[in-house]
Amino acid sequence: MSIDHELLGGGAPPLVNGELLFDEPWQSRVFGIARLLSEQGLYDWDDFRDSLIKRIQAWENANPGAGYHYYPLFLDALTDTLESRGILGSEELLATQLAFANRPAGHDH
Amino acid sequence: MADKHEDHQHAQTHNHQHDTSPQAIRAEALEALLIEKGLLKASEVDDVIVQYEERVGPMNGARVVARAWKDPAFRERLLADGTAAIEEFSFEGGQTEKLVVVANGPNIHHVVVCTLCSCYPWAVLGLPPKWYKDPAYRSRIVREPRKLLGEMGLELPAETNINVWDSSAEVRYMVLPERPEGTEALSEEELALIVTRDAMIGVAHLQHKAMEKR
Repeated sequence: MSIDHELLGGGAPPLVNGELLFDEPWQSRVFGIARLLSEQGLYDWDDFRDSLIKRIQAWENANPGAGYHYYPLFLDALTDTLESRGILGSEELLATQLAFANRPAGHDH
Repeated sequence: MADKHEDHQHAQTHNHQHDTSPQAIRAEALEALLIEKGLLKASEVDDVIVQYEERVGPMNGARVVARAWKDPAFRERLLADGTAAIEEFSFEGGQTEKLVVVANGPNIHHVVVCTLCSCYPWAVLGLPPKWYKDPAYRSRIVREPRKLLGEMGLELPAETNINVWDSSAEVRYMVLPERPEGTEALSEEELALIVTRDAMIGVAHLQHKAMEKR
């Protein structure tokens, strides 16, 4: 998290300050989906935020003092939000997830 | 502060053509189902990601800071009502939360956190850095700000007072850093290039390297 002033001196705009914002592509997909559905009015961002706080607090209560991965909790909060609004059921999601997990290696999208 | 599993996950991603972690597959299934239901298109998700990763970066905040350094009247408006003052820039990225800008000074240093989750002034700073969401940052910056800032490379004199601002759903904070010495001759655009995201969160000071070398 240190700042490389040499880089900045070269005129690079401080977009991410040399740090990746997402560890893996799926994290940016989930972030994009959550923002998009909120912008489309399926839920208020504040309601999603409340779900996220609940997920983080539950995790912290269960694992005091330990670190966590942020985006898995973000994904859980999103599925909570979608399920509570009847947009996407958890069983439907799990079935698709299992089907995807059992695809043969080298599958084509 | 970094999670110990991070390196392992990086390795997984790089060794496989497709990300096969359970979360990656869950995310892929979620997107596929939402597309099937006609609620979104993959290209729309792409657009949102690009918008937040590239178009709404800390550059917006840097432009605000640079103008405040150049224009005392704007600085006054910005500190009085941040939400209204940044409307002068017409940034994209739709943030409806109130923005409060707090100015560092010779004996006062401000730093921003969200103790509950990850609230962040997106409209001016883009997406939060990974460490901003880390439980260690969220708790320690409140409990022992001077010590944590020191560990992050920002040593503050004992006489400097530290104010920690806790973001919420309603109010987002941004720090107006002090203008570095030796930048008198720079234009507003040049000034914006030396403003960093970390300085606007309050975990770093700004320097002007080119000037220091003279």
